[in-house]
Amino acid sequence: MRSLRVLGVGWLMHFKLLSRSSFNSVLGIVYPLFFATVAFFLFREGSPHALLYASLGASVMGIWSATSTAAGGALQHQRREKTLELMVAAPVHFSLVMLPITLAMSTIGLYSMAATLAWGRLVFGISLHIAHPALFCLAVAVTVVAIGMCGFLLAVAFVRYRSAWALGNLLEYPVWLICGFLVPLSLFPGWVRPISWVLAPTWGMRAIREAASGGGSLLADIGMCAGLGALYTAIGVLIVGRLLRSAREAATLSLT
Amino acid sequence: MNSLRIFFIGGAIAYRALFNWLTPWIFVPTFLVAPIFQILLFVYIGRSAGVQSDEFYVVGNALQYAAIPCIFAMSSTITDERQQQTLGFILVSPARRLPLFLGRSLPVIANGIFVSAFAFIVGGAIVGIDVPASAVGPLALAIAVSAASCTGIGLLSAAIGLRVRETATLNNIVFGTLLVFCGTNVALDELPSWMSFISQGLPLTHGIEAARRLVAGQSLSSVSGLIAAEALVGAVYGLLGYGLLRFMEWQGRRLATLETA
Repeated sequence: MRSLRVLGVGWLMHFKLLSRSSFNSVLGIVYPLFFATVAFFLFREGSPHALLYASLGASVMGIWSATSTAAGGALQHQRREKTLELMVAAPVHFSLVMLPITLAMSTIGLYSMAATLAWGRLVFGISLHIAHPALFCLAVAVTVVAIGMCGFLLAVAFVRYRSAWALGNLLEYPVWLICGFLVPLSLFPGWVRPISWVLAPTWGMRAIREAASGGGSLLADIGMCAGLGALYTAIGVLIVGRLLRSAREAATLSLT
Repeated sequence: MNSLRIFFIGGAIAYRALFNWLTPWIFVPTFLVAPIFQILLFVYIGRSAGVQSDEFYVVGNALQYAAIPCIFAMSSTITDERQQQTLGFILVSPARRLPLFLGRSLPVIANGIFVSAFAFIVGGAIVGIDVPASAVGPLALAIAVSAASCTGIGLLSAAIGLRVRETATLNNIVFGTLLVFCGTNVALDELPSWMSFISQGLPLTHGIEAARRLVAGQSLSSVSGLIAAEALVGAVYGLLGYGLLRFMEWQGRRLATLETA
């Protein structure tokens, strides 16, 4: 119960903090809209029937965008704010302090998702018909949580790098590209697909599309997305213990 | 002589000192890898939507990505003076402002040219586009003029950064605007007319169009008008940026706001 409270209160606090940041909130909404706008123009010109496909894909791009760069540099940010030592010294597992930060980042992406869908509707006239509204909400929620968990893994994996935000930023385009947000996986060479399959956003995107269109394997996709998210968290928890021990032994926790 | 020293040596020192993306940990992912993925992203979106050729996206995105070094580096080499608490020292110095500010733009332009050329060569090789040998020289000119032109808008962004705290947000919005408006991925005649109209006054629009025509086999003389237009647009933004920098400096002194943002 205490762990859930730490997660919940941490998530709410960081969500409020991020919402006050123009870089994370305003830019988080506006930046994916530029890419969505280009995609809408291209699909409107070439494949108007695929505009709903593009609208849903572009909306999930914002969730990943809000997470990748910010999560990559999350620990560095805490270090710069001089709060990292306090977080490590807190009497709960460090993962319970860190995970709410990346979950809040991916939740911020919901602003972008809503803005992109509204932009598509208002400017490009893309109607959003959802076959299973409840399952659509579930798919979105699971995708947000799984992307937040992926962000947690990035945050702890990049902890040794002073410029971790750049590595997180680097992952923005590749995940947009190979998770099927705007391009069907069938267009890629065969060796790309296994990489897509181990990325939770791929399954989240599929689940969201199927919930909207009424497709068949919706629950299986949601399950895969949630399962991969849990796997990222488990790996992150394992890594974070080793990294913290190493940082304490070498007295490098606060080095920037 | 002193102005030349400030322009060349001072500019290079300021660039190296203030633009902290030159470390390989940032330079490689941000300037070498990311543009390749931007090219691939739009090549595949184009294939998925069934519009335009691969060359169209390689040329557009390779040239447009110069906006990242040109805008971010230009604003960083000026606004980070405040972060380093050296802005006051710079502005009380008797150095002439033209070489002081514009000297910083030379390394920025060189970086923009390098990033664009790298993205074009590597992105083009991955996707497999053919460029006529006769187009290489003129293409290099188009890339150089586009990078310089983009640095002009970077100077404007730097000037705004003297009063606005969130320069990263501002620079990303400028980058996104250029992505949508300049015909990078959507042909200008497919954009609404008001967007095409605005694009004529933005850097990169004419440079990208010139580069596309060169790749298609046209001669330098046939695109010289476009390259000249690109240079003119860049010069106008450069002048506006320099004027705004002087205005911000003057206003900062008058209102004692140099350090407030």
